Amino acid sequence: MTEKNSWIIKGGRLIDPVRGIDEIRDIGIMDGFVADVAEVPSSAQTIMAEGLIVAPGLIDMHVHLRQPGKTAAETIATGTFAAAAGGFTSILPMPNTSPVADTPASIEYIRAHALREGVVKVLPVGAMTKGSEGKEMAGIGGLKKAGVVALSDDGKCVQNHEIMRHLVEYSKSFNLPILDHCEDEILMSGGVMHDGYWSVILGMRGITSAVEEMMVARDVILARMAGWKIHIQHISARESIELVRNARRRGIMISAEATPHHIALTDECVKNFDTNYKMNPPLRSEDDRQAIIAALKDGTISVIASDHAPHTETEKLVEFDYAPFGIVGLETAVSICLTELYHKGYLTLSELISKWTKGPAEVLGLDIGTLNEGMPADITIIDTETEFVIDKERFLSKSRNTPFHGCKVKGRPVATIVNGIFVHNLMS
Amino acid sequence: MEQRWTRKDLLSLEDLSDWEINLILDTAQEFKKVSQRKVKKVPALRGKTVVNFFIEPSTRTRISFELAEQRLSADIINVSASSSSISKGETLLDTAKNIEALQVDLIVMRHSAAGAPNFIASRVKSGVINAGDGAHSHPTQALLDLFTIREKKGKIKGLNVSIIGDILHSRVARSDLWGLLSLGANVTLAGPATLVPREFAKIDRVKVCHNMREAVEGADVINLLRIQHERQRAGFFPSINEYSNVFGLSKETMKYVKPDALIMHPGPINRGVELDSSIADGSQSVILEQVTNGLAVRMAVLFLVAGCLKND
Ligand SMILES: [Zn+2]
Repeated sequence: MTEKNSWIIKGGRLIDPVRGIDEIRDIGIMDGFVADVAEVPSSAQTIMAEGLIVAPGLIDMHVHLRQPGKTAAETIATGTFAAAAGGFTSILPMPNTSPVADTPASIEYIRAHALREGVVKVLPVGAMTKGSEGKEMAGIGGLKKAGVVALSDDGKCVQNHEIMRHLVEYSKSFNLPILDHCEDEILMSGGVMHDGYWSVILGMRGITSAVEEMMVARDVILARMAGWKIHIQHISARESIELVRNARRRGIMISAEATPHHIALTDECVKNFDTNYKMNPPLRSEDDRQAIIAALKDGTISVIASDHAPHTETEKLVEFDYAPFGIVGLETAVSICLTELYHKGYLTLSELISKWTKGPAEVLGLDIGTLNEGMPADITIIDTETEFVIDKERFLSKSRNTPFHGCKVKGRPVATIVNGIFVHNLMS
Repeated sequence: MEQRWTRKDLLSLEDLSDWEINLILDTAQEFKKVSQRKVKKVPALRGKTVVNFFIEPSTRTRISFELAEQRLSADIINVSASSSSISKGETLLDTAKNIEALQVDLIVMRHSAAGAPNFIASRVKSGVINAGDGAHSHPTQALLDLFTIREKKGKIKGLNVSIIGDILHSRVARSDLWGLLSLGANVTLAGPATLVPREFAKIDRVKVCHNMREAVEGADVINLLRIQHERQRAGFFPSINEYSNVFGLSKETMKYVKPDALIMHPGPINRGVELDSSIADGSQSVILEQVTNGLAVRMAVLFLVAGCLKND
């Protein structure tokens, strides 16, 4: 296939939340761009999408590609294969690689590998402090020139509020939102799972909701002071959600994302000591899970992101206390969310798709996640009805650390199109 | 119908039903008689190999297990390693797989990480007996506590048992709790609020309190847990001195203790900290009998678990 191909996607239900569209409508693709169907040449190939959802290419705002540094777990190439299989046309890799992506050269490295070996769009995120050590500001102006779309010290959290205050103000000069992993490191004190009934029963060190809540409160204050954007990554606790809801009502530039695992699972899952249930922030209580779902519904949480965190089997096959945090998620996110949010009646399809399109576009302030004519033809086609069982052995990711292996789910992406090219196709 | 032991592992009392706990206690009763004979050895585990796999240092529990294994005529191997040396190269699973490859029948395992025995038990054919994992579980300690209470009180159902001290970090408290509840006792967990999580109160027949008088009044059994100095350094209470003044069992507090209440302690005791020295040696104390019963209980557990291994 070449970029010169023309296509018409026929009979699908187009859901484009940015433009408020939810109707049966054909889509034309010409030379890799969205085109008026009337102008697409008659020689164009037709894709029959009846009964399927046609959406702007989904954006995953939170992934870890592990390159450079830990390519046994994932590479930029394999991470993009997994993204394509999961229905994502754009992904934002976090800069906590080894070394940390805190210089223009490290961003150029990511972009070069993504262009050469990747199959979906990689929108780099730069570290906001040098080495993500939370001490000195990274060269944010240079990172912006190198093409970062946001700043984050994900995996760590700037503990010094004065430094954070300057970061929020400074990044405003470059229109770069801050994506914050909210964690009070002292309160964290070696915790391995949510601090609640199950940590008490299991005798494991707890991570209180306050670990997150403290820093969310701090971020609300600093975003208000600076008049700039802070996006709360992987929000997990009812109390933090309440802070975000209030802040947004007051017009403070705070947004938040939730992960599919916090939407689908709770701390009770840890009772069998399976390290595929160990992540940070931890799986929290059923009450927190319900709060996340309610916040997705009322718009307090505007983004769903996978926090795709590949680890090798060797790393994960250890005592729970010693296992690294994190699970893969790119290839299960859409199916899990369709099953848990759409089929259970919590969100409409338009609301759900918005979390991967309109939500990220707003946080990043970019003209993406929609299918206006003339825009790159990044499209995800979704079958909401087919039931299947998740099989980690079929993942394109290099890693298999998922708690969802063997889960029966309903719905999945059947085609992923980037710049008019199929990078994933189960339709033919 | 006769109920038979069918588990290859003993990981936690939470998993066991009341008849299984009673079966262990009844079996221990028989073994206790053996220990009182002139010839204390029986051939029950002859030809079986037991590995004492201790990744967290322990003297008392290891000695108790080792003696129990000797009395049952098992072949014994001791493997100990600090968790740090394990994490240097070989993983815990590698080490356990190597032990299994030596055709070992039983692994008695102590580890500082909660759930480590569960992790290993599901991945090896050998039977696994948990000799204490982090703050999670210490089933043989709880069984010997239950055995001692049953022997002294004649029953467990309906008794009021107070467990006092560092509940948060205690695998003994967590194991005692499940055993006592499953045999019908009421449990009070007491100590400073920093060390007694209130989530425990969500469990039926469990009470949480932070006052010694309230904790001991009406109790049929008082189980005092060892307090570790490092908890003070971590800021859970101001000083050992204050701890013992407020939460230690003193002569003064003894005024509120029923005259027939049992005083227990899993050991090793800090004399004058968890309890007054004279109380530890007094007539209500059963602390040394707990040690004696530990041997019988561990013999029973080894015997039952070995009896249902597949390679028989
Ligand atoms: Zn994070």
